[in-house]
Amino acid sequence: MTFVSSETNRDALTLTFVAEFDASVERVWQIWEDPRQLERWWGPPTWPATFERHDFTPGGRSNYYMTGPEGNKERGYWVTTSIEPPNRFEFDDGFADENGDPSTAIEPTHGVVTLQEVDGGTRMTTVTTFVSTEQLEQLVAMGMEEGSREAMSQIDALLAEDVRA
Amino acid sequence: MASVGITCNQMVVHDLQEDKTDRIFHALADATRRDIVARVVQREQSVSTLAENYAMSFAAVQKHVMVLERASLIVKERRGREQIVHGNVDTVHRATQLLQQYEELWRFRAESIREILSENPERGDKS
Repeated sequence: MTFVSSETNRDALTLTFVAEFDASVERVWQIWEDPRQLERWWGPPTWPATFERHDFTPGGRSNYYMTGPEGNKERGYWVTTSIEPPNRFEFDDGFADENGDPSTAIEPTHGVVTLQEVDGGTRMTTVTTFVSTEQLEQLVAMGMEEGSREAMSQIDALLAEDVRA
Repeated sequence: MASVGITCNQMVVHDLQEDKTDRIFHALADATRRDIVARVVQREQSVSTLAENYAMSFAAVQKHVMVLERASLIVKERRGREQIVHGNVDTVHRATQLLQQYEELWRFRAESIREILSENPERGDKS
């Protein structure tokens, strides 16, 4: 069973996600450490990621882009703010401009990842902290095939409520 | 699961007669207006910023905004010299829903990780 639990705290704007994998802590660490493995799972559906740089050391910078369904690219970066291989690291994840420099338009999210051995497997806990609802909205919009599709389903929901009212 | 509703005070609900529903459907019957709602639900913005997205006059965009505003799909307010438009959704509900969508992203990621691990459980070739 991969998925264990997840908890959202809408006031603190945090998401805690826990999953367990049938592999050693060292092995799970590699999927974060090795950019070729990292880019196979980091991007949201229909937005595959490509890591051009991945300096997984204290203060190290990573640069990546995600390619959308219409070939459009969104650039992002990480700064690994602390790291204790193979059990824990913290990082900031934000949008970047064409040069890979941090975007000033939107603040980065902060992530804390811990890997613990449990019953011969690994429990991975990620805690993501968002700075604002607006930021969250922009991030979620990225994960959608199209931002408008997401909005349309909300419009559908609005209409459904209206019809019931 | 939190649902997104029109800022759900009783007045809005009471006020929702048939012609109001008609207005909503009419408002959404137009592709530009659907696109405007999609944009401002994601993020509030000024009418002039919105207008940059469309090959039509500012006045035409303003007219679309007015139709949407009458249907209560969006809210327009004046801030200084700008008219700011945002989606008429309850922000708290929205945040919850957004976090849930982010959770889905993590579920997707965890599933992808599981697949990668199953290809190579212990060594994880870096080639």
